[in-house]
Amino acid sequence: MRREGEFRNPSGCAIAAEISREGRRFSAEKIIESMIPMHDRSNGLGGGFAGYGIYPKYKDFYAFHLFYDHRHIKKEVEEYLKERYEIVLSEEIPTRKIPEITDEPIIWRYFLAPLKSVLRSAQLDEKEFTARVVMHINTHMKGAYVFSSGKNMGAFKAVGFPEDVGRFYMLDEYLGYAWTSHGRYPTNTPGWWGGSHPFGLLDFTVVHNGEISSYDANRRFIEMFGYKCTLQTDTEVMAYIADFLLRREGLSPKEMAEIIAAPFWSTIEKKSEEDKARLTYFRTIYSSLLMTGPFSIVVGFNGGLMALNDRLKLRSMVAAEKDDMVYIASEETAIRIMSPEVDRIWSPAGGEPAIVNVKEGAY
Amino acid sequence: MAINFLLPEFEVERSDYRCIRCRVCERQCANQVHRYDPDADVMLSDETKCVDCQRCVCLCPTHALKIKKNEAAFRTNANWKQNTILEIYKQANTGGVLLSSMGNPEPFPVYWDKILINASQVTNPSIDPLREPMETRVFLGKKPHEIERDENGAIKTELPPQIELELPVMFSAMSYGSISYNAHKSLATAAEALGICYNTGEGGLHEDFYRYGKNTIVQVASGRFGVYKDYLEAGAAIEIKMGQGAKPGIGGHLPGAKVGEDISKTRMIPEGSDAISPAPHHDIYSIEDLRQLVFSLKEATEYQKPVIVKVAAVHNIAAIASGIARSGADIIAIDGFRGGTGAAPTRIRDNVGIPIELALAAVDKRLRDEGIRQNVSLVVGGSVRSASDIVKAIALGADACYIATSALLALGCHLCRTCQSGKCNWGIATQDPELVKRLNPETGKERLVNLLTAWKHEIKEMMGLMGINSIEALRGNRLMLRGVGLNEKELEILGISHAGE
Amino acid sequence: MKRVYVHEEWCLGCHLCEYNCAFANSGLSDMVKALKNQKITPRIHVEEGGKIHYAVSCRHCEDPMCIKGCISGAMTKDKDGTVTINHDKCVGCLSCMLLCPYGCITTDENETVLKCELCLKNSCGAPACVQGCPNRAIVYEEAEV
Repeated sequence: MRREGEFRNPSGCAIAAEISREGRRFSAEKIIESMIPMHDRSNGLGGGFAGYGIYPKYKDFYAFHLFYDHRHIKKEVEEYLKERYEIVLSEEIPTRKIPEITDEPIIWRYFLAPLKSVLRSAQLDEKEFTARVVMHINTHMKGAYVFSSGKNMGAFKAVGFPEDVGRFYMLDEYLGYAWTSHGRYPTNTPGWWGGSHPFGLLDFTVVHNGEISSYDANRRFIEMFGYKCTLQTDTEVMAYIADFLLRREGLSPKEMAEIIAAPFWSTIEKKSEEDKARLTYFRTIYSSLLMTGPFSIVVGFNGGLMALNDRLKLRSMVAAEKDDMVYIASEETAIRIMSPEVDRIWSPAGGEPAIVNVKEGAY
Repeated sequence: MAINFLLPEFEVERSDYRCIRCRVCERQCANQVHRYDPDADVMLSDETKCVDCQRCVCLCPTHALKIKKNEAAFRTNANWKQNTILEIYKQANTGGVLLSSMGNPEPFPVYWDKILINASQVTNPSIDPLREPMETRVFLGKKPHEIERDENGAIKTELPPQIELELPVMFSAMSYGSISYNAHKSLATAAEALGICYNTGEGGLHEDFYRYGKNTIVQVASGRFGVYKDYLEAGAAIEIKMGQGAKPGIGGHLPGAKVGEDISKTRMIPEGSDAISPAPHHDIYSIEDLRQLVFSLKEATEYQKPVIVKVAAVHNIAAIASGIARSGADIIAIDGFRGGTGAAPTRIRDNVGIPIELALAAVDKRLRDEGIRQNVSLVVGGSVRSASDIVKAIALGADACYIATSALLALGCHLCRTCQSGKCNWGIATQDPELVKRLNPETGKERLVNLLTAWKHEIKEMMGLMGINSIEALRGNRLMLRGVGLNEKELEILGISHAGE
Repeated sequence: MKRVYVHEEWCLGCHLCEYNCAFANSGLSDMVKALKNQKITPRIHVEEGGKIHYAVSCRHCEDPMCIKGCISGAMTKDKDGTVTINHDKCVGCLSCMLLCPYGCITTDENETVLKCELCLKNSCGAPACVQGCPNRAIVYEEAEV
């Protein structure tokens, strides 16, 4: 059987997220628990979390999380990194041995500062440079896989049920101002550690439930801009699109939503002149980034997150607020675990993003 | 008269029981196949003149007629096929280049027919176009993506000029001259009703049709017939015709006999003079020359019109397209080797060029590899025969398709492939007023609108079953396609997997 | 009222209207049976000369000469304005033929006159010439005033 990444692999899933608008940091304990009632939305072939604000001590350094298949490639990657970065810290990511999670690869993390001289000769800003380094490792260095590469944030994922993955990585011991989570139900694969969610590039992460029918149109477009979709999953392509639109094109999360879940022409025609012009512009320029087919996603980034459904709302997604907290989940039951009492609970309409920003300066 | 060695290609089979001697066949055959003999009260046929256009068959009120392939045959020979022998006789009779019309009829592979479409099952819902919105609108033109904002942070929304189409189909170039006034009028009015475009071809734009400008693409070909400022400004876009799939590397020929008063005026050439387009544009001997013409046309129209460069699909098409994408052109149109024509040398039509499916796949890939796919839209033609061909073309990477033969079929063409004779019994490829009037443009418009309305329904159904509700999510979505019976190389060029993979 | 109108521009001179008319008024269900070896007497006929041809049939005039001239009261106008002929009353004097300015009345071997009654009396139900015209040269519509 071919390994994940060598064929297209659609999957169904469960997602959840919680965030403090005040930037208060809290552990992943609740979000881990919230995945339990949605157990049947996953099948044990993948689970993962992303935490924001978890590395305050190293917040100025790129935190790379890697899977290695063997020691040999680890050495090779470290040499490659050394030529480009100052490695501030290199350590094994602490894990808890539990019977539910087995066959783990070598799981390592690095805190990195790009070498100024290298940046100068590459004529790139450090984010673009770092994105290219990630692409290079994931495309060309077989047996190594960078699954997290942002600052003061991290993704943690494995083959297993999400609640077990959370315990495995001891996420109850990390504190972050935002957490996203994912339980996976891939439809035709043995599952692979790298194939679990969240997917990310730099500080952008995506957890996703659904199967986008526009996948290859989106992939072939985004690959024109230097992204290499090595895993053939929807979520990977979404993460790259988020990076492309939010970082490289400098668009806002709301504008990103207007592109990937663009309103129908019939809706656009009813908008104000200004909105009409912008939406028509987006649908013309970024027509290849429109995503069709069912999806509910949470895009995480430093200082906030965005939850979004496809424009027909073909996947369930619920949002709720309680004081400074905002919760998102595939099912209300998960929200009730995170916060039994809520001030407001609603089901965002298809294509209508729920965007949460942490107070300026609080992250 | 010396014997000409030829066999009649067809046989007129008339049921004498059914024939009521109404003589419709006789009156409707411009080739004078049918004749009434009053003495014997019988209808006679001269089958040597029959081209199998089926006009008599369609009009016979008692269905007394059948046109069949003549079964009389030379001795069977797998190498020297009957047609090969007949062509030798024809050339020995006349000393001339063999002429043919419409697309290449030879049994080359039709890749559309070896590609299958995906459908959603279980993991992803199909979408019902009768219940949910299903969008087929496309914009053709450059899609730059450098975002600029004004002082208030609002995005500047000026776009380079685009062609807006309600479905990803246009009628491709057919000149007034190669087809009739009424055929042009049918295409123009149908394009207007459908929210798409038709194309003038290289014959200029008749003064009556300037009013359909919004739905017109005006062509500039090597002969520059009918080109002047008002013409360039009349259309939704300007197309530079570098080549045509049916006859790559040669220009169009309109015999002087067809250049009557109206055509002479429209083409801006003297009445009765042959309109012979040069093989190349004599001001374009290289890619940098093309760039000059592209910008000359943009200058002339104040950068308000997208410029299309149309080329025939030839061996090196990917590199050629890459050059065009950097020439300032907004749209590349590629015409495959099965594309039609009003007249072409048979040898050229049947032996030059490559299939559009392979050309499209190669060009789309090349432009993406070079990161310049956004510089241009891609329009493909050359035998796009159905809604499923369109869906496959879009999934391979086209922005839109050009159709012409299908449109002519809708108007009544029966693909007898003798347009060059000028005696089109269906009133399409002719300038004889008695024949031209056979195509009532009101009927023509209706039939074209019907055809594309039906195709639009089918396109929507197919998009829906793939779980796609907007055509742009299909563009270049090659995972939606699988090949059957194709070899590794063909699959590699098409960029698709084999069925079962 | 709805009338049969012709567009010379689109008339091909194919004469199909004549055969469709004759068949529609034959009362038979098969055209071959109806028209084979028959001299047809259609109520519509194609006028032609040189390159001009067009079909002519009863205009159903506001103030029809044929009715005025009918000696037996066979020619009448019904409430919709259709001029019709009652074959039981017609004595075959042919006055109407002489009076019709369009030459749209004919006669057959039964020696009563025949004229277009818009196929309202036969099984066709709507003018057969219109339905069968291959180029929409004959239409059945309200005149644009």
